[in-house]
Amino acid sequence: MLSVHASLRPRCYIISCHSQYSTVYDPHEKTFDKILIANRGEIACRVIKTCKKMGIKTVAVHSDVDSSAVHVKMADEAFCVGPAPTSKSYLNMDTIMEAIRQTGAQAVHPGYGFLSENKEFARRLAADGVSFIGPDTHAIQAMGDKIESKLIAKAAKVNTIPGFDGVVKVRVALLLHLSESLGSARGCTSDLLTVCESCSSEAADKSRTYILYYNCVCVFIQVLADKHGNALWLNERECSIQRRNQKVVEEAPSTFLDPVTRRAMGEQAVSLAKAVKYSSAGTVEFLVDSKKNFYFLEMNTRLQVEHPITECITGLDLVQQMIRVAKGYKLQHKQEDIPINGWAIESRVYAEDPYKSFGLPSIGRLSQYEEPLNLPGVRVDSGIQEGSDISIYYDPMISKLVTYGSTRAEALKKMEDALDNYVIRGVTHNIPLLREIIVHPRFISGDISTNFLPEVYPEGFKGHPLAAGEQRELLAAAAALHVAAQLRSQRFLGQQRVSSVPQERRNWELCVELDKGVHMLGGIKLNLNTGLSLCCKTQNLLLLSKLAASLNKLMPEKIPEDTSSILRSPMPGTVVAVSVKPGDTVAEGQEICVIEAMKMQNSMTAAKTAKVKSVHCTAGETVGEGDLLVELE
Amino acid sequence: MALCVRALLGSAAARSLASPGRSLLPLRGRTLTLPGLRCASTVQQRVELKRRKALEGGGEKRTEAQHARGKLTARERVALLLDPDSFTELDMFVEHRCSDFGMEADHNKYPGDSVVTGHGRINGRLVYVFSQDFTVFGGSLSGAHAQKICKIMDQAMTVGAPVIGLNDSGGARIQEGVESLAGYADIFLRNVMASGVVPQISMIMGPCAGGAVYSPALTDFTFMVKDTSYLFITGPDVVKSVTNEDVTQEELGGAKTHTSVSGVAHRAFENDIDALLSLRDFFNFLPLSNKDPPPVTECHDPSDRLVPGLDTLVPFETTKAYDMLDIVHSIVDERDFFEIMPNYAKNIVVGFARMNGRTVGIVGNQPKVASGCLDINSSVKGARFVRFCDAFNIPIITFVDVPGFLPGTAQEYGGIIRHGAKLLYAFAEATVPKITIITRKAYGGAYDVMSSKHLRGDVNYAWPTAEVAVMGAKGAVQIIFRGKENQAEAEAEYVEKFANPFPAAVRGFVDDIIQPSTTRLRICRDLDVLASKKQTNPWKKHANIPL
Repeated sequence: MLSVHASLRPRCYIISCHSQYSTVYDPHEKTFDKILIANRGEIACRVIKTCKKMGIKTVAVHSDVDSSAVHVKMADEAFCVGPAPTSKSYLNMDTIMEAIRQTGAQAVHPGYGFLSENKEFARRLAADGVSFIGPDTHAIQAMGDKIESKLIAKAAKVNTIPGFDGVVKVRVALLLHLSESLGSARGCTSDLLTVCESCSSEAADKSRTYILYYNCVCVFIQVLADKHGNALWLNERECSIQRRNQKVVEEAPSTFLDPVTRRAMGEQAVSLAKAVKYSSAGTVEFLVDSKKNFYFLEMNTRLQVEHPITECITGLDLVQQMIRVAKGYKLQHKQEDIPINGWAIESRVYAEDPYKSFGLPSIGRLSQYEEPLNLPGVRVDSGIQEGSDISIYYDPMISKLVTYGSTRAEALKKMEDALDNYVIRGVTHNIPLLREIIVHPRFISGDISTNFLPEVYPEGFKGHPLAAGEQRELLAAAAALHVAAQLRSQRFLGQQRVSSVPQERRNWELCVELDKGVHMLGGIKLNLNTGLSLCCKTQNLLLLSKLAASLNKLMPEKIPEDTSSILRSPMPGTVVAVSVKPGDTVAEGQEICVIEAMKMQNSMTAAKTAKVKSVHCTAGETVGEGDLLVELE
Repeated sequence: MALCVRALLGSAAARSLASPGRSLLPLRGRTLTLPGLRCASTVQQRVELKRRKALEGGGEKRTEAQHARGKLTARERVALLLDPDSFTELDMFVEHRCSDFGMEADHNKYPGDSVVTGHGRINGRLVYVFSQDFTVFGGSLSGAHAQKICKIMDQAMTVGAPVIGLNDSGGARIQEGVESLAGYADIFLRNVMASGVVPQISMIMGPCAGGAVYSPALTDFTFMVKDTSYLFITGPDVVKSVTNEDVTQEELGGAKTHTSVSGVAHRAFENDIDALLSLRDFFNFLPLSNKDPPPVTECHDPSDRLVPGLDTLVPFETTKAYDMLDIVHSIVDERDFFEIMPNYAKNIVVGFARMNGRTVGIVGNQPKVASGCLDINSSVKGARFVRFCDAFNIPIITFVDVPGFLPGTAQEYGGIIRHGAKLLYAFAEATVPKITIITRKAYGGAYDVMSSKHLRGDVNYAWPTAEVAVMGAKGAVQIIFRGKENQAEAEAEYVEKFANPFPAAVRGFVDDIIQPSTTRLRICRDLDVLASKKQTNPWKKHANIPL
């Protein structure tokens, strides 16, 4: 059968995006024949898309659990580089070098994270005569060292934070840097001591940057430089909305900068890039205080996650530019060609529970997944599809949702619509939080800082509070759906034995329970089990007929399980350490064990002072959400 | 109370009930001169009085006590279960006939006795209902009580309509002695006669102990209400005196026990309201009798909907688990799946769903639990479900990912051979449309059992990830190449030869190898074709399933 033959062919899913590039892809400009992308997920897909436009063949690398991932299907060739843990696959230089040799790739795009700022990797590529699509080893090294980078910056007449040393204390920021950053800012909500502790323990295997920001604005200047000493600044990105020091909402341009400051920052960024003979795309990070004084913080020598917003407002395809520069071409543009066209907002859609510390990772299978690509001015960069697994091994990001408009208000409105139209089922996601952020008056007015979330939601995020009008809307919708479902359940096709007595009911008296409030709507019981979603918050409703509602009052309340003596894992992850054993006495708030999931360590503490009855986990064990960890007496 | 009264009575009666005292006499004010008429008026009065008494059940105090236990009264339950104004009550005037122990006294007579019976409609479809009234003699079963239940069961059989029992009874009416026991047996006999003729559903909404438990056990489905219902042969006190075990009512026979440990009950609900409303939803899946086709509802889910997520669902490593419910939910109409026994023998998933509006029974191995192997409990669970579907013309869709039968002394001593045979028997005997999809492993005897082509499967599909083989590669190689070197090489050869759907496909044991995303489309199309399937088994008095 023909249909079966066709359906058996491996299918390639290309997720289309409404790109705003104005770049021309010149088919006659000679470029690489084949590029290997040493990354996974959305950024691998992002790079492959540009390669396809440029007519370059692509090689995907993947771990064994990723063998049917979208980036693998999109690429022309795929190479398995090891088992699931990143240290054995995506960070495994030996197998990646082997993949390059076997596939004959001429260049490697590292994406972000993983090996993107690893000078050893760049060195090994150079030794094998393979182009690294990124800056050269020297720049990576210079900018990777927090102290050296600031010395170079100072020499290049870039504003630096006065009086820095290994540990930097600033008026506006408290920085705790470990040298040789891997780039991914790691957040810790617990106190500084814990951070230090876990830093020192982790420094041994892999170093990361730990930054604790305090109320300041982070502005990132995108720079683009070629190997011929030319460099451009491509305006700024404002990335202050963060949780656990990871960005959540970004925008370009920034509401905070005026053209004069922007130009000053841009020019300093360019002079820094030139000072380190930078080539490729990079980002210079500045802290800006309320008086618009700005200080150089660090330079990221990679393509950043949030690069799409810069692409939207400038019309450049940064990946294409990186590939051209790596091939040795001069920049096509001059500084005066770089526009700010309109406004772009990016929301990072994560598989995480926003009601727990603004986002604890969640895992699962995307049982339903629809991106809001039907809307104009929406770009979605994702590396997953319906049926994909969000696993504990990798970053829980689902996608980057970018909206673009001629003004900020327009972009924000589009973001609101896009978030409302995004369908994600199977994993808990942060869309409810994203939607609240972008409609918050403080965000709309542009009053943004790194402390935005804790300041706006000092008690933690509780979800969208329904306004009276919204509540009426919700109740009306629920009632309408309920009545429709009830009427439908009375219709049988071809059934001879349905009562001939007319069933049609014109009046319905309904009672809706919403958040423990009871609302009478007029006449019979309706029971919507799935919940309704309004403003991205799923509302659990109980619809009952008047009779059922009156009887429902007689139903006993179920007593919830006593949770103070039971410690359950709030998320799926790995147990890193267990600090108690049966018989120990623990004080309230004392750490019992540490769970690591994705990029986060979570300290689990005792809810009361008690003796430990039993311990159900051991260090190194993988646990699921809700698994029993420790029982107290 | 007034509300349900309105629902249960004609509007005139309800109106008269609503006004107090003497206004109950509808003929008041007329000149009643003729002796015959005067007589009629007293009858009318008595009718109204008896009706009123019947509606009150055990009285206000006992009703309050019932409510305090978190339980609704028998009539409130009926009102919630059935369509508004559809209940037609029978035998409201029946009273018990016991004359011992002072039972003959007027205050010990309750019109209707301790059960409410009649028929009504659920979403317009006929159903017979009895609802035991705990407020009258603790819902205990008298001869009259049993007689009322038997009457509606006999009627249900003659017209071909399901019977729903709402059980809330302290047990036998001890004052009546053997008459009560006879009553139970009369019901049991009718349960057995109705079995396979009309669907029978028991909802346990209070105690159900002693011999009484066998009526629910004989019905097709037994549901329970959490925290307020109990099923046991003997209560905790007797258990203590006989076996010296300390056990609570809840531990011995609560909803949790029976839905997760014993497998006696098929599902439990939060409270009376949840239970009754869910029962309405469940009822919509069932045909009215074995002579009726399963209901077809309007379907708003396209029958040709592709499910791209299924193409990546089965993991790359054959040892890795996935959730069979993901497949079921994404394939059936509107993700609506009514699972039967969700907490018992979880290595097999069974339940009802619809495909393009038609009711189907779903059976699937669950790789997430014990690798989806077949053991004693899962075989029995699956067999009973398959037989229900077959008895009531409900097509069966089977998803197969089974590594085999569970080995071990516990299983062998427990009689896995005999119990496993039940599932085999049930699939083989079934004459309804049978569609089978092998998603991954179909190893050994378990392959044969799971609705294979050889057991008259109508349509058998394999996904590209399917492996139909006698056993897994490792085990097979150890036997075929015992003592030989190069086991790894041999294993690779075996995988190449057998760990794929081709050996089965080239022999026609699977009809096609399909892309997983097209599964819903294919099943809907096949069900259309198989709608007119006619197949009969040889005449027999009855078959002899290995019980």
